[in-house]
Amino acid sequence: MCHAAISEPVWDVIVIGGGNAGVCAAIAAAERDCSVLVIEAAPADMRGGNTRHTRNLRAMHDAPTDVLTDRYSFEEYWDDLMRVTKGVTNNDLAELTLRGSAALTAWLGARGVRFQAALSGTLNLGRTNAFFLGGGRAMLNALCRHAETVGVQFIYDAEVDDVQLTDGFCEGIVVNWNDRRLTLSCKQLVTAAGGFEANLDWLAEGWGDAAKNFLVRGTPYNKGKILRSLLDHGAKPVGALDQCHAVAIDARAPKYDGGIASRLDAVPFAVVLNKDADRFYDEGEDFWPKRYAIWGRLVAGQPDQIAYAIIDSQGVNRFMPSVFTPIVDDTIEGLAEQLGLPPDATRSTIDAYNAACPAGQIDQSILDGKSTKGLTPEKTNWSAPISTPPFYGYPLRPGITFTYMGVAVNERAQILMADGRPFANMFAAGEIMAGNILGQGYLAGIGMTIGGVFGRIAGEEAARVLNR
Amino acid sequence: MSLTDELDQTMASGVDLRAMLDPAASGEVRRIMQICNACRYCEGFCAVFPAMERRRLFTDGDVSYLANLCHNCGACYHACQYAPPHEFAVNVPVSMAAARASSYAAYAWPGPLAHLFHRNGMVVSIIIALGLGLTVGLMLAMISPDLFWGVHIGAGAFYQVMPHTIMAAIPLGITAFAILAMVMGWRRYWQHTGAVWGGWRSVGDAVAAVAAMRHLGGETAAGWRGGGGCHTADDRSSNARRIYHQLTMYGFLLCFASTSVGTLYHYAFGWEAPYGLLSLPVILGTVGGVILCVGTAGLLVEKRRMNPAVRYETAGGMDNAFIVILFLVSFTGLLLLAVRSTSMMGLTLAIHLGFVYSFFLIMPYSKFVHGLYRFAALLASASESRRIQ
Repeated sequence: MCHAAISEPVWDVIVIGGGNAGVCAAIAAAERDCSVLVIEAAPADMRGGNTRHTRNLRAMHDAPTDVLTDRYSFEEYWDDLMRVTKGVTNNDLAELTLRGSAALTAWLGARGVRFQAALSGTLNLGRTNAFFLGGGRAMLNALCRHAETVGVQFIYDAEVDDVQLTDGFCEGIVVNWNDRRLTLSCKQLVTAAGGFEANLDWLAEGWGDAAKNFLVRGTPYNKGKILRSLLDHGAKPVGALDQCHAVAIDARAPKYDGGIASRLDAVPFAVVLNKDADRFYDEGEDFWPKRYAIWGRLVAGQPDQIAYAIIDSQGVNRFMPSVFTPIVDDTIEGLAEQLGLPPDATRSTIDAYNAACPAGQIDQSILDGKSTKGLTPEKTNWSAPISTPPFYGYPLRPGITFTYMGVAVNERAQILMADGRPFANMFAAGEIMAGNILGQGYLAGIGMTIGGVFGRIAGEEAARVLNR
Repeated sequence: MSLTDELDQTMASGVDLRAMLDPAASGEVRRIMQICNACRYCEGFCAVFPAMERRRLFTDGDVSYLANLCHNCGACYHACQYAPPHEFAVNVPVSMAAARASSYAAYAWPGPLAHLFHRNGMVVSIIIALGLGLTVGLMLAMISPDLFWGVHIGAGAFYQVMPHTIMAAIPLGITAFAILAMVMGWRRYWQHTGAVWGGWRSVGDAVAAVAAMRHLGGETAAGWRGGGGCHTADDRSSNARRIYHQLTMYGFLLCFASTSVGTLYHYAFGWEAPYGLLSLPVILGTVGGVILCVGTAGLLVEKRRMNPAVRYETAGGMDNAFIVILFLVSFTGLLLLAVRSTSMMGLTLAIHLGFVYSFFLIMPYSKFVHGLYRFAALLASASESRRIQ
């Protein structure tokens, strides 16, 4: 790990944030002969923000590649993005992202990132998404190694306190590092410091008191300090305060940093109750990969932001095993008691559900149309009675991965001021500007695509301003 | 319990080894596999993760299977978002290594000799010392000092200092026992892990995997050659360990082939050693000996370079003891070739044979068994994959 002394009196480029976007920017600038310092808030072992929790990126391609099968055209990608965001996006920047994704896997591959062979991947995303061999942390390790070989310096455990601006021009930054408070000068600044998902107070501004019950699946280091600083200095905000990537995760997951393993795939084969033992949404609305991303918001809307998935021994092996062992009991009442649900109300909700279930076996490989009759809400697919003991329960909480509100940028990744003009020497990449493209909803793997595409642009543009 | 009792019992009742893996070691693997099975990011690295994905619960047999399938390349540790200091504290390579070491003792036959694994370095040293002493002593007792220190040239020269019958009878006895012990160990492993025979094509898969050590560092879009080897010193991968391991393995196999050809020459054709420098046994033995020396020396160096985070020190130095004795076997063999026309031949032959005899004696109770169980695990893994296809 490079812990070299901070050697430059004035850095060509300082990058705040050592995740995918930041390191891509650093590499792009260093390859154009810029001196580059990456400042990472986390210690080296925990570096890289949410990149360490990612697994793949979504990339368009007109023909099969070594890491992607078949074809994923610009038009199809565009339709997918419009479907999830419902059009809440900046069309120009969205097009730039999608078109830029085409060259991304080759660019990363040439810099040491290894991808799994095209045919594997458990989520059947091999056509649209390229999977990093070993996941995002392995990807980032390779990228940082390459960055070091092209001269990028890193400091870890270094928290940037403030960005120093004079008349809209960034002079440098103030950083706390090794128990010292340093002022570092730079010619160009790239902010790739992530969102504010680990800042519960800030989340509460959008979500109210509910935010205190959120679990943060992502890195605990994304407190939004740089975002706040940029906004205070007059950067134009983009995206709504409460928009984020949030899924329903096991309530027993760690408060921070639970990552992918906190995921729970039981919902389509369960009934999901709130703390009053009432059902509140159609658990079988669609295949889980198409629905998991709405359940974070659904649970966040319930009293005390808690819900319980209940399943019987027939259903418990229908989904991927989860990291926490389910709570188990031989009776519904006993299970309810263990979960902290009112036993009688739980019993009657389950009885009503069971009575409304259709006859016959469910088929989880298709939308089988096995719908309940007469419930509010109905469960429209895979409705099988919860009747074969033992019974299993999983508590659910909203798990937030990253926030969308950020700073507005232009197609050169320059940060925009409130009046729409760009700051002369400040760029943004990654989560901190993802809200330009993701106004709402989520498309698996697009976070890493936005980070890679805009990281590259930010690094190249920073170098270009310096005539490198 | 006598050896035959134990044999009868094993044959008659099958094996109940549930309590034989170290509970702490197998419990840790179980804990970690439950986390890994909910993540699965590492599924492209090696055979361990696909095998894990085929299971939801992990019996001690499953733990042993996965532990012996793991090559300790370290790739998954450096890739892991849950590695320490994360509170999940996932360390697959080290947890697997601990369970693997415990499995060697669990399957050792006869059971009471399992203790030989616990202080392996010391046991190996004592056996080598005894082996050396006995060989030299035997020779001196059987022949006069003149002959021992004499210069012997031409066919049958070696047998001037030690009659062939004795030179061959000792290892034959030892080898017969070692093979029996290892067959029994394999049997116990196979039953305990619930492995199922998957046909000869699975054997082909397993042999191919061993021949190239293909599970080091992952199968990428560039095929398994893109794997890049072990993450020995840090998060960068290197093929050094893979290369040294293969030199060791192929060197050993060439030496074994040399001995086999020599035996054939002696009994089938009546040609007595020493053989000419350009004869098949000497060429096989020399090439094998040299690359075995290089391989074992390299492995020792790589072991020292290994990142402490993924290094598991077996209690009692089993790994080092095994590598060192392999080195000494090959080194003294080469030395014998160099001095075989001098008066030092007798002593050098005695020392070489001492190492060879010791090696075969400790074989079933040394790191050598890793090859046995690794192959069995690869075979089971190949069978599982083929059945799923």
